[in-house]
Amino acid sequence: MTDTLPSNTAHELNPDALLAAYRTMRTIREFEERVHEEFATGEIPGFVHLYAGEEASAAGVCVHLDDRDVLASTHRGHGHCIAKGVDPKEMMAEIYGRVTGSCHGKGGSMHIADLSKGMLGANGIVGGGPPLICGAALAAKLQGTGGVGVAFFGDGASNQGTTLEALNLASVWNLPAIFVAENNGYAEATSSTWSVAADNIADRAAGFGMPGVIVDGFDFFAVYEAAAEAIDRARNGGGPTLIEVKFTRYFGHFEGDQQAYRADEVARARETLDCLKRFRGRVTETGQLADHQLNEIDNEVDRLIDDAVTEAKAAPKPTEADLTTDVYITY
Amino acid sequence: MARTISYREAINEALAQEMERDESVIVMGEDNAGGMGSPGEMDAWGGVLGVTKGLYHKFPGRVLDTPISESAFIGAAIGAATRGMRPVAELMFIDFMGVCFDQIYNQAAKFRYMFGGKAVTPVVVRTMYGAGLRAAAQHSQALYPIFTHIPGLKVVVPSSPYEAKGLLIQSIRDDDPVIFCEHKMLYDTTGEVPEESYTIPFGEANVAREGGDVTIVAIGRMVSVALEAADELASSGVEAEVIDPRTTSPLDTDTILESVENTGRLVVVDEATPRCNMATDISATVAQEAFGSLHAPIQMVTAPHTPVPFADSLEDFYMPDAQKVVNAAKATVGWKR
Repeated sequence: MTDTLPSNTAHELNPDALLAAYRTMRTIREFEERVHEEFATGEIPGFVHLYAGEEASAAGVCVHLDDRDVLASTHRGHGHCIAKGVDPKEMMAEIYGRVTGSCHGKGGSMHIADLSKGMLGANGIVGGGPPLICGAALAAKLQGTGGVGVAFFGDGASNQGTTLEALNLASVWNLPAIFVAENNGYAEATSSTWSVAADNIADRAAGFGMPGVIVDGFDFFAVYEAAAEAIDRARNGGGPTLIEVKFTRYFGHFEGDQQAYRADEVARARETLDCLKRFRGRVTETGQLADHQLNEIDNEVDRLIDDAVTEAKAAPKPTEADLTTDVYITY
Repeated sequence: MARTISYREAINEALAQEMERDESVIVMGEDNAGGMGSPGEMDAWGGVLGVTKGLYHKFPGRVLDTPISESAFIGAAIGAATRGMRPVAELMFIDFMGVCFDQIYNQAAKFRYMFGGKAVTPVVVRTMYGAGLRAAAQHSQALYPIFTHIPGLKVVVPSSPYEAKGLLIQSIRDDDPVIFCEHKMLYDTTGEVPEESYTIPFGEANVAREGGDVTIVAIGRMVSVALEAADELASSGVEAEVIDPRTTSPLDTDTILESVENTGRLVVVDEATPRCNMATDISATVAQEAFGSLHAPIQMVTAPHTPVPFADSLEDFYMPDAQKVVNAAKATVGWKR
């Protein structure tokens, strides 16, 4: 399970916090790698879109969030869910379509949500999240909770009208919102260098009246620092920020995507662009943590994911009686 | 204590009374106040047809004007609803649903179900519909059937000031997403409305007029048209029963079926264009559930399968009127195999 830092601490990470961050990223990585394997057996229904390679973004942002805060995710949402504290076992069961899933099997991979954890859901509609986060941020502002809303969206969604409208509205209403554009280089099979007219998504920030910053998405600490500044700004009434995280995804747009459009990029990425390897290198080099501590987490995470899959496969599927429940609260 | 007020005033009063009672109720929309950033008066409009006038000053900080960004602010209303607010967002014209429909039908409508019963989204989207103002094709449609089609949405179509106030208060208190459709030609019409707060339950039709010869189900402004037709029919000795469903989702099919079982004849009056509208929906349900009671084919009186025309002569042809309803009713009465 992941730990989160209280949001108003000094911007330093003590060993416990570093371990927690590593655990979050390792859990996401192993969760996605395992889903990749299991999906290939044909047992998982529908579509899955995997976040492997992008862990530092979810972890680096979510470490600053607490119970007051809300986030909205994308179709590639497993990483954000794990980083926000959604139970990985409930997530796995949901992906397998079982009643023990986060959404009792009614939502699936693209709609995993846990409103009790401030997770407004993965979203099957590109650009669906940013307007919802304007609302969550508005609620936090009107209720005076000090909470923030974080909208994660991709380079594809950065071109969607809903996202652009939300950026404008967040500035006009001075909302405590953070917009995190996860630019992994591809919107489905189309390169973002082609589909985004500006050189950087972050260049749009000025056009919408907010600060914009670019960070290396393979560097947990870079994401952490940029997120700290943006979240502080939001909590203190300074309005929204646009953070562009640049990195890559290891797997295809969806599981089954042969990624012919990427040539041999992926193999090279796994070698040299890995946020977990970088994190380990940095914390061991500075002596903040020892390898054996990280290895221990690796083993715990492996067991957790194993258990999650075993339990998901054994769990019951929803029955016909579940088909028509929860369309409305009352009707 | 009831007194005579307009449909517009009834809606304004419902909003004011609910905002008074419950702090979590907020209002947002384009020019719901009017004047943001401008040198003149704030609350300059109070909504394009003045429906929200006065609320801005009465409830400081709770009436939010928006840029022209329906996806963003309707989506924001929906997001805020999941976080304990009860927003009443205005989609100025139902015709603008195209620019924000995803947030309504793929997000708000589906949260409860997709998230396994854990989401509560008590948002109300108020919107203007209907022809008669010569506002032409993109500002005159009756698109409530499209919202009715979507599982997870509730759709309310008030026919009078009394209905409007009670149904809007109910909508705000309801925990599901509600689309509240106000006919723009009804704003100036008046009727008896209690001063005190009251609710009208969803899924309970109103029998606006009793009669044993033909059942006329009518939606929204068409209820007035049907009542006018009923008066004309009475003078020919045909007593019509006029039913106002009040909500198209949920729909009170029981009341409609009970009436048809008694009269054996049905006319459905729906201002929406004819493919897949409430007329087809209700007719098909009655044909399936009460076939044995019918003495004649069901008649549907609707707009034609065209956009709404501009010229006043054409728009007058476009809208269902009392004469068309009378003709349809007489066709059911006079029908022989």
